[in-house]
Amino acid sequence: MTEPQNGPETVIRVERLSADYGGRPILRDVSLAIRRGEILVIMGGSGSGKSTLLRCLLGLNRPTAGTVTVLGRDIYRLKEREFHGLRREMGVSFQGGALFGSMTVGENVQLPLREHTSLDEQTMRIMSRMKLEVVNLAGFEDLMPAELSGGMIKRAALARAIVMDPKLLFFDEPSAGLDPVVAAELDELILRLRAAMGMTIVVVTHELESAFKIADRITVLDQGVILMTGTVAEVRGSDNQRIRDLLGRRPRHDEVDPEEYLRRLTGVAS
Amino acid sequence: MAQLWRGQGVASWRVLLEQVGRQAVAGVEELGYAASLFGESLYWLAVGQGRKQAVRLPAICRETVLIGIQAIPIISGLSLVVGIMLAIQGIETLRTFGAESKVVIGIALSVTREFSPLIVGILVAGRSGSAITARIGTMQENQEIDALRVIGINPVRYLASPVLVAMLLAVPSLTVLSDFMALMGGALFTSLKLGMNLQTYLFQTCEVLDVGDVTQGLVKSLVFAVIISMVGVSNGFQVRGGAEGVGRATTRSVVLSISCIILADMVFTFFMNR
Repeated sequence: MTEPQNGPETVIRVERLSADYGGRPILRDVSLAIRRGEILVIMGGSGSGKSTLLRCLLGLNRPTAGTVTVLGRDIYRLKEREFHGLRREMGVSFQGGALFGSMTVGENVQLPLREHTSLDEQTMRIMSRMKLEVVNLAGFEDLMPAELSGGMIKRAALARAIVMDPKLLFFDEPSAGLDPVVAAELDELILRLRAAMGMTIVVVTHELESAFKIADRITVLDQGVILMTGTVAEVRGSDNQRIRDLLGRRPRHDEVDPEEYLRRLTGVAS
Repeated sequence: MAQLWRGQGVASWRVLLEQVGRQAVAGVEELGYAASLFGESLYWLAVGQGRKQAVRLPAICRETVLIGIQAIPIISGLSLVVGIMLAIQGIETLRTFGAESKVVIGIALSVTREFSPLIVGILVAGRSGSAITARIGTMQENQEIDALRVIGINPVRYLASPVLVAMLLAVPSLTVLSDFMALMGGALFTSLKLGMNLQTYLFQTCEVLDVGDVTQGLVKSLVFAVIISMVGVSNGFQVRGGAEGVGRATTRSVVLSISCIILADMVFTFFMNR
């Protein structure tokens, strides 16, 4: 902690990021700063570009323009070996868990340790059990992922994500596909993790309730553009029509351009 | 009207030509992708240890068991049958010239140079090439490949390199086994049919065969091993579109590797027998 203590330090900085998928623009000129120790929720509907933004933060998608700086390093300029080191500081829990189906839960959790450290078997086993305790999955390490329920898979994936004690934790759709009780338990778990380990947590979700419960700040993404970034109260109090629609679960109010509409239907280029 | 028809004719020719062009570009692109995967697999094998991305021995052993050891019964059985089939056909054909006893030469050369590597190649492509594509494709769909990357594990090093090594070990070994079994099959039928002593048959076979014949088969089998692993792995990594996509990629992988094997076989046979 050599940083000056005036104000929280930025750990992830996204600057003027644009990305496309097969020529279709997904993100346009997105800028975002994530501070140390905060829980930032990236919220938006389907197709808003929130998953692509997450993939760009993780170095999985190459943006067409802009930079992503993680812990002071521009990840798209790093050499693979340097990025490999940075990976130790980043834990990711994917939407479907992405546990390796050919390994037991315990082996899944141990995999990052096996790759990044030279600890002996016994130590690795103890460490993986400790993390499984944290996510309330003690005693399940010998099961295969196929034998777990949806909520258990997410928790096991979380255990794998935090096994290296990363500074940054990314969580894609923690409550998608879970019943409300299990989803609420996961939210609690995220809050507990931050309190216990002081991680910076980035959560991508479309669930309002979950976002309001866990977020310090919320970034609202719509059609590849950031509408606003602010505290829960600020987002709730926003008078932006799009945000109001999203919060009120109302359908979009797009202005229909009659000429454009006709052109789309007839397929005749203007 | 005639003007209009002619105009449409030109248009459809253009469409056809464009499609051929696109297919050709896609084909070259895929070949390039497979070749780069091959290069990268070798790269990690060579320098992985020093870059904390070692290709691990247990993974190689596991793949070798799946691809090689578990294929022993089926390869043995089918090779024996192919040997018998060759003997039946050979004796029938050579009877026309009254030269049945020359069947030994025919079997010995065709088995070691041609049939063994081909049967092993096709069987391994069907058994393991498809399984590799299905496994990697499913991982791709479940974001497991992404999970590997964010953990800091290079997917090519972790998934492709062990497969390549295992194939390069298993396919030639299976080819040697297939050589032996097919020759035994031929010997079995010939000794029954022509009343030839088994020992005499094997002695004659050894007389006929020189190291070059067996080597030719083994060199081919090494090439087939590379083809099966790279077609299997590259199709797996390129899976899109859910469970259906995995199914499509698996079928494609088998058809493509068997086609490539047969083509490569012809090219090799041509150049190695000049």
